[in-house]
Amino acid sequence: MTSANIASTGNPPVRIIDTTLRDGSHAVSHSFTVQQVRDISKALDHAGVPIIEVTHGDGLAGSSFNYGFSAVRDIDLVAAAAEAVTDAKIAVLLLPGLGTVHDLREAHAAGAGMARVATHSTEADVSVQHFGAARDLGMETAGFLMLSHRTEPARLAKQARTMADAGCQCVYVVDSAGALLPDGVRTRVDALVQELGDDAMVGFHGHQNLSMGVANSVEAYRAGARSIDGTLRALGAGAGNTPTEVLVTVLDAMGIPTGVDVEAALAAAEEVLAPIVRRMPVMDRSSIVQGRYGVYNSFLLHAERAADRYGVPAYQILRRVGEAGYVGGQEDMIIDVAIELAGLQRQAGEHNERVSA
Amino acid sequence: MDHRPRPIAAIVGPGNIGTDLLIKLQRSGTLDVRYMIGVDPASDGLRRARELGVEASAGGVDWLLDQEVVPDVVFEATSAKAHDANAPRYREAGIAAVDLTPAAVGPFVCPAVNLDEHLDAGGGTAPNINMITCGGQATIPIVSAVSRVTPVPYAEIVASISSRSAGPGTRANIDEFTETTSHALQAVGGAARGKAIIILNPVEPPMVMRDTVFAAIGPDADREAITESVHRMVAEVQQYVPGYRLKSEPQFDEPRPDWDGNGRVAVFLEVTGNGDYLPPWAGNLDIMTAAAARAGEQLALAWAHTKPDATNQKVQVAAK
Repeated sequence: MTSANIASTGNPPVRIIDTTLRDGSHAVSHSFTVQQVRDISKALDHAGVPIIEVTHGDGLAGSSFNYGFSAVRDIDLVAAAAEAVTDAKIAVLLLPGLGTVHDLREAHAAGAGMARVATHSTEADVSVQHFGAARDLGMETAGFLMLSHRTEPARLAKQARTMADAGCQCVYVVDSAGALLPDGVRTRVDALVQELGDDAMVGFHGHQNLSMGVANSVEAYRAGARSIDGTLRALGAGAGNTPTEVLVTVLDAMGIPTGVDVEAALAAAEEVLAPIVRRMPVMDRSSIVQGRYGVYNSFLLHAERAADRYGVPAYQILRRVGEAGYVGGQEDMIIDVAIELAGLQRQAGEHNERVSA
Repeated sequence: MDHRPRPIAAIVGPGNIGTDLLIKLQRSGTLDVRYMIGVDPASDGLRRARELGVEASAGGVDWLLDQEVVPDVVFEATSAKAHDANAPRYREAGIAAVDLTPAAVGPFVCPAVNLDEHLDAGGGTAPNINMITCGGQATIPIVSAVSRVTPVPYAEIVASISSRSAGPGTRANIDEFTETTSHALQAVGGAARGKAIIILNPVEPPMVMRDTVFAAIGPDADREAITESVHRMVAEVQQYVPGYRLKSEPQFDEPRPDWDGNGRVAVFLEVTGNGDYLPPWAGNLDIMTAAAARAGEQLALAWAHTKPDATNQKVQVAAK
C-alpha cells in the first residue's frame, strides 16, 4: 500500500510516543550516557517521532538503592535530549511518592515539555498536585494507570476521570506486566473513551511478556486509543515493550497515519540502538511468569540480582511477588521475598537431611 | 511515689487518629485526658469521646482556651493549616503541643531517638514538638541505630502502606511526605543525605505496613556492632509500639563502585498496629499515635512540673 492510498483510508491518526530512553533504561540498569541519549533522540526525532520520553526507568528521582542508581543524572539526560532534537517534544515520567513537584520543575527547566504522571491503577488521586503543577508550568500532560490489568474497566475509568479532572490531557491504560490479552485491552480502553469523551485522549502502553505488545496496541487503537507507546527493539522492563519500529510498520500496513517515517524508524532501531545495547530483553521463563502472574516488569533484573545473592530461582521470587500483590515501586520486597524463600529452602534441606539420616 | 496530680491533656481533632490516641492515653493513665475538641457537632469522634468519659466540644480551640482549667498538653490531630493557626495560641496559653500534622512548627521528634533533647522547656515557653511522618517514625530509629555506630553518608527508606490507610490529606500532598521524611532522616536519623519513598498498595485484605531502610556504610564498618545496635533500637521502639519488628536480620552488601565505594546495610521492618481503634494493618497510623502518646506523656510530665504557676498563667492569659 502506498502512502497516497493511506491518506485516502480516512483512518484517524495516532500519536506515537517513544520511551526507549525511559522504560528502556530499566533494561540497561539506568546506564545511559549523554552521548547515547543524544544519538537515540536524534534518530527518533529524524524519524518524526513527536514525543520522546527521557527519565530514569522509575521516573524523576528514581536513582536510588531501591531502583538502581543512574550513571548520569536524568535531568542532565533530559537536557541532552532537548538539545539534540529539532521537532520532538521531550517527556519525563514522575511517580508520586518518589518524584516531587520540585523534580518536575527541574526537568521543565532542563527542556522537558511533557509530564507523564504514573500511579497504580487504583491510586490516581495522588497525582492531582503534580498535574496541577505541570499545567501551571505550561507542560503537556499524560497520566499512567499502572498495572491496569488488576483493575476492572469501570473502576479504571473512574480513576481516569480523577486524572482528567486534575488537568491530565491523555490517560493511558498501562499494561505494566504485559499481562493483558486483547479483550482486556479493548474493554479498558473503551471504558476510558466512554468516560472521558472529549475531555482527554486515551493512550495505551504495552509490554511483550505474552508477545502481545503490537497486537494489543492495534486492539487499543480500534477501541479508540490515539496515543501509543513503544521502544526501539522493544528495549524495556521485563520482556520489553511494544517495539516502536514494528508498531509503525504494522500501523502503516493498516493505513493508520502516525506521522512517523517507517524507514527512518527501522534505521534508528538497527543502526543506532542495536550497537549500543548489549543485552536485549527476551521472553524467557522469568518474564513470561511475570506476564502470567501480572508482576510489574521492572522487577525482573532486581529479582535476578536477588536470585544470585540468595540462591533462589528468579521466577519463583517473581511468582511469590505476584501472589502477594506487590505494586510498582515495591522493589524492596523482592529482597524480602528472596530472604524468605531462601529460609524455606534451607529448612527443607535440613528436613531432608534428617529424613535421610 | 509521685503524688502530684496527673497532667491534663486535650486532643484537638476527633477523627480516627484522635480516637485511637484517646484510647492509648486512657489505657496508659499517665495523663488525665479531659477534652476532645472538634468543630462539627454531629462528629462521630466527639460522640465516641463522650462514651469514653471525656468532655467533648464542637466549639474548637476557642472553647478549649475558655475553660476554667486549660490543659497542660494538647495533641493536634487536625491539619497543618489548623495547627499553624493554633500553635501560637497554645504557646500564649502556656500549653505544650504535640503536633501530629505536617505543619512542623516545632522540632521533629522520634521518641526512641531524640525525645530527651526536647523535654526541657527553655525560658519557660510552652514547647511544641512535631511527630514527623509515619514512615519517619518507623525508619528514623534504624538510621539512627546505624549512624551511632558508623557514619551514614546516605540513607534511603521505602514505606509501603495499605491504600485504605492513606487519608485524603496525605493523598492531596504526597510530596510533603517524601520531603519531610527526607529532611528528618538527616536531622534526626543522622544521615548526611536522606531520601524517602512511599508506596500505596491496594491489595485486599489490606497489607500490614512495611518499611525498608537502606543505609550506605563505609567498606570497613563494623557489621556486628551495627546489627547489635539495630536490635537494641528495635527493642526500644517496641516499648511504645509493640507490633514493631524486624522481618529478617540486617542484610549487608559488599561495597560497589556505583555506590561511591560504599557498602550497604538493608533492614526490613513490619509494623502491625495495636488495633485500639484503627485496624491492625494500619501500622502507619498506629505508630504515629503510639509515638505521639509516648512523647506527649513525657513532655507533659516535664512541662507540668516546670512551667510558670498555672494560676498566674491563667491570669496572664486573661489580661491579654
